[in-house]
Amino acid sequence: MSTADPYGAQAHARAMAGTKVEAMPTVPATAADAPDGVAAADLLCAETIAAGGYAAKRLNRGARLRLTDLYGDACASMLLFNAERPIERLNVADTVKVQWNAYLGSGKLLLSDMGKVLMSVLEDGAGGAHDAFCGASNEASNARRYGDGFNYGPHPNARDRFALAVAKFGLGRKDIHPCINWFKGVRIAPDGATVLNLGPYAAGRAVTFRAEMDVIVVLANCPHVLDPRPDYRVTPVDATAWRGAPTPEDDPIRNATPEGLRAFLNVEEDLRR
Amino acid sequence: MMPELPGRTVVDVVVPARAPWDHVVRKGQTLRIVDLEGNQAVDFLMYALADDAERYSAQDTIAAQGNIFLREGSVLMSNEGRPMAVVTGTSVAYHDTIGGACSCESNTLRYGHHTKAQHACVENFLQANSRWGRGKRDMVSNINWFMNVPVEADGALGIVDGISAPGLYVDIRAEMDLVAIVSNCPQINNPCNGFNPTPVRMIIVE
Repeated sequence: MSTADPYGAQAHARAMAGTKVEAMPTVPATAADAPDGVAAADLLCAETIAAGGYAAKRLNRGARLRLTDLYGDACASMLLFNAERPIERLNVADTVKVQWNAYLGSGKLLLSDMGKVLMSVLEDGAGGAHDAFCGASNEASNARRYGDGFNYGPHPNARDRFALAVAKFGLGRKDIHPCINWFKGVRIAPDGATVLNLGPYAAGRAVTFRAEMDVIVVLANCPHVLDPRPDYRVTPVDATAWRGAPTPEDDPIRNATPEGLRAFLNVEEDLRR
Repeated sequence: MMPELPGRTVVDVVVPARAPWDHVVRKGQTLRIVDLEGNQAVDFLMYALADDAERYSAQDTIAAQGNIFLREGSVLMSNEGRPMAVVTGTSVAYHDTIGGACSCESNTLRYGHHTKAQHACVENFLQANSRWGRGKRDMVSNINWFMNVPVEADGALGIVDGISAPGLYVDIRAEMDLVAIVSNCPQINNPCNGFNPTPVRMIIVE
């Protein structure tokens, strides 16, 4: 196919339509992407995020987001922002401190720096193997292990993936706050040491979240910063979201703890206009 | 007893209870913080003077040393994975960097809405950072010198009774030119200040 003139170039470009690769968004998401019990019409998005890739999505209050570790070796590093006022964002320290527990899993809340709940964890199919301590890899850490860590190279780092993702929402490097790493387990020993449980695990572990306000979810899927393997090892993660009802007053997660209930009350107060 | 810090003293001030403080610490200078009356949490952030998008990162620091506690020898890392400072000495067994800073808003969750109007570390951080053109987006997880936050086997975590005492200290040597931003914690609802905020002393030597 000649690309010597605009007509040929146009035909060449259009001939690519319909190409399928593994790591791509399905637009629009199809029934095949829908979890059990979810109507295809309620699907918001379905995207497979590449090994080393990133994605970001605005979700309305009530939306569900399911992350699936397709092959057992994903590391889904997450930032969260209030979509209406992104100056409000996830605060990992408050998340563990307010809930009196450092290990994330089913029923836990992801709290903002303004005393509100951004998202809650509805179901954790990873058995709590997550990490609120070690944060994102960066160019220096990837260079030490893999020789380089550039966005344009074969070993992108999570921090620079975040930088690209947040830039597309008008945010910058200063907005990259401490993150949570889903699907990679880190526990704390009595002497304070980090105890790593980085897999790989069985394929198909999934974590389902519920947006408790309108949020921007930012995901980077790069090897965990402390992954000891010398080669760049991470596998794709699926992110599928669908519409859902905002959390009702009698919701068990909303009412599970007095601290958490006040985080919901603060959201509801903010939305009372 | 505090060992003498060798060198010329360039700063020696007492930060009042509940107050913010900020100061440049040049590469090679050492900042000594003295817990004058004991168990006074000193909330602490650092920004690189050359590019303040580079700042202290609790998570990078934990990952680099494989431990949540800051002790003598701990290297305090930036979000770009570079050493910002080193804990060259301390008479306290360990310090915290996972507990974050208290805020008016998080106080409403932790203790109830009656604490909303109480002064808080985030208020101090915002005020001190505003002098440098920084704002809320520049807030990240901080260090809490002289604060005790253990993690139990089941993940239970909390600010518990302190392990500091009157006259104990921490020495932090800058590995790059940086700005230290401090909140002398005003929290009165948990044991981080022994329920009684007190002054601390800041000494910089070169």
